[in-house]
Amino acid sequence: MTAVAETLGAPDAHGEPSLRVRFGWAVTDTLTITRRNLLVWMRVPAYLMFTVIQPVMFVLLFRYVFGGAIPVHSPGGYVDFLMPGIIGQSAAFATFGTAIALAQELKKGVIDRLRSMPMARSAVLAGRLVADTGRMLVTILILIAVGYAVGFRFANGWLAAVAMVVLATVFGLAICCISAYTGLAIGDEESVQAFGLIWLFPLTFLSSAFVPIPTMPGWLQAFANNQPVTYVINTMRALALGGPVAADLWKSVAWLAGIFIVFLPLAVRAYRRAG
Amino acid sequence: MSYVSGTPSILVEGLTKSFGDVHALRGIDLSVPHGTVLGVLGPNGAGKTTAVRILTTLLRPDGGRAVVEGYDVVRDAAAVRRSIGLAGQSAAIQEELTGRENLEIIGRLYHLSWPRARSRAIELLDQFGLSDAADRAAKNYSGGMQRRLDLAASLVGQPKVLFLDEPTSGLDPRSRLGMWDIIRSLVADGTTLLLTTQYLDEADELANEIVVIDHGLVIAAGTAEELKGRVGGDVVEFTVPDRSRIGDAATAIAKIGDGEPHADAETGVVSIGVGGRGSDALVDAVRGLDAAGVETHDLALRRPSLDDVFLALTGHAAEEEDEPSGRRRRSRKRRGGQGSGKEAERTAS
Repeated sequence: MTAVAETLGAPDAHGEPSLRVRFGWAVTDTLTITRRNLLVWMRVPAYLMFTVIQPVMFVLLFRYVFGGAIPVHSPGGYVDFLMPGIIGQSAAFATFGTAIALAQELKKGVIDRLRSMPMARSAVLAGRLVADTGRMLVTILILIAVGYAVGFRFANGWLAAVAMVVLATVFGLAICCISAYTGLAIGDEESVQAFGLIWLFPLTFLSSAFVPIPTMPGWLQAFANNQPVTYVINTMRALALGGPVAADLWKSVAWLAGIFIVFLPLAVRAYRRAG
Repeated sequence: MSYVSGTPSILVEGLTKSFGDVHALRGIDLSVPHGTVLGVLGPNGAGKTTAVRILTTLLRPDGGRAVVEGYDVVRDAAAVRRSIGLAGQSAAIQEELTGRENLEIIGRLYHLSWPRARSRAIELLDQFGLSDAADRAAKNYSGGMQRRLDLAASLVGQPKVLFLDEPTSGLDPRSRLGMWDIIRSLVADGTTLLLTTQYLDEADELANEIVVIDHGLVIAAGTAEELKGRVGGDVVEFTVPDRSRIGDAATAIAKIGDGEPHADAETGVVSIGVGGRGSDALVDAVRGLDAAGVETHDLALRRPSLDDVFLALTGHAAEEEDEPSGRRRRSRKRRGGQGSGKEAERTAS
């Protein structure tokens, strides 16, 4: 019995390891979980397909099928209007994976196992968010490449283009927190998926992502004009193509901050109480 | 409860937990000495899993106290987590990853260095007979292999106390036996083990001490032999190959025993406690069954099993509240009296 404890590396004089050690563990544990999640992602063809092929199909569909019927005032035509919107929408949709993965882990007992271990409690959620944000960034970069192939051009300099990518990623991360919460709170893969459709589809499509809002009926405009996805996508569009940024940017920042403040603690609480 | 003196590895006093109106635990006491196996036996919904979840720091108790290796599960939760391993009811592994990767990641999360995590994974894969499958995705493992990998994962941190929540539920008989061997070898290494099960033979096989839980209360505790002694006598048991005759068989032997006979419609097994009347009762049973014209297999007099104990203690069978089919087996349903009227008439015709 005495020989058994030595490998744990935990200084065990009844006391806790120091704060510095624990912080170090929080970082390495998050990286371990991130690495695990990315490994899983690369092993499952369906995940790759959702990350890469589905957004590309959306680009082609809207660029060549619906695009001709949608009049816009952007100088570069519909493809320039479309790309910031589709990047925002894809970032939000990528979080389906977050919710589903957490619900699966919960159901299979993986989260129980991890919570019963002496690892940093924050790492499971943090590692999930980091890995999924990385995944999201890959999707965004692929979308930009595909956009370039079908005629999209950044018209506002590379710095603004980078800012757009950063904003899209932060936006995706905020939606990720909501999805993480739903995944942990609902805890059933199919229900989580169905619920995701109910809120993610309206939120992204009833916005300025694909069509100019003035083409919608008045009652819908009232919603579309005042919801966060519209603010974020308007900001992204202004960053990509030029135009006034400030007003939409601060509204986006306020909304995103609000989402983090509400849903990150909710997700953490759902994780603590999981099962 | 009379146990070996000294600080026990697991100590539970007056533990309570409710979920809304459901009182999952209504004040249970447990004490598990170091290096021994406690079998926690009870039907689904008895509170077994709730107890394990509290002891493994996953759930906070409403009242009472639980101490593992000297650490309080609420106040010293982090220290408890350094002392324990947990394997739950399903294989908590990442199916997309290989067996080796699963164990290496767990090792890293126990803060082992990369080389140590790697060598620990190899040790465990070897110990659990998974070396050949080490680099295959766990989703291609059989059910038994997945559960072995899951058990291996719970041992990465070399826990002093291991919690196994229904470790063999859903496994085929051969995998169960394999799992039992592995569990025995762990205990031989000095690990304290708390094992929950609905399978009475499993507790009988593996546990030093057994507590029986029903509706959130400990209703009996002791060794398997002590519990069997509570039934106070032998059991006549036989199998009826023609399931439609079970009712007739139960009726035919109803008078030879102390209580009502128990008949399982699925397995065709009929049993009845006969107290100290032993061989006389056996003869009566043969006569009765012969007169009723019921064909039987494996008619025998045997010492009571834990199944009988559970029936005697609770008035219902251990697995009666079993979940949907597909699990290993259903057990004895009470059919006793109902076979009398019509079915007896059919016997005569």
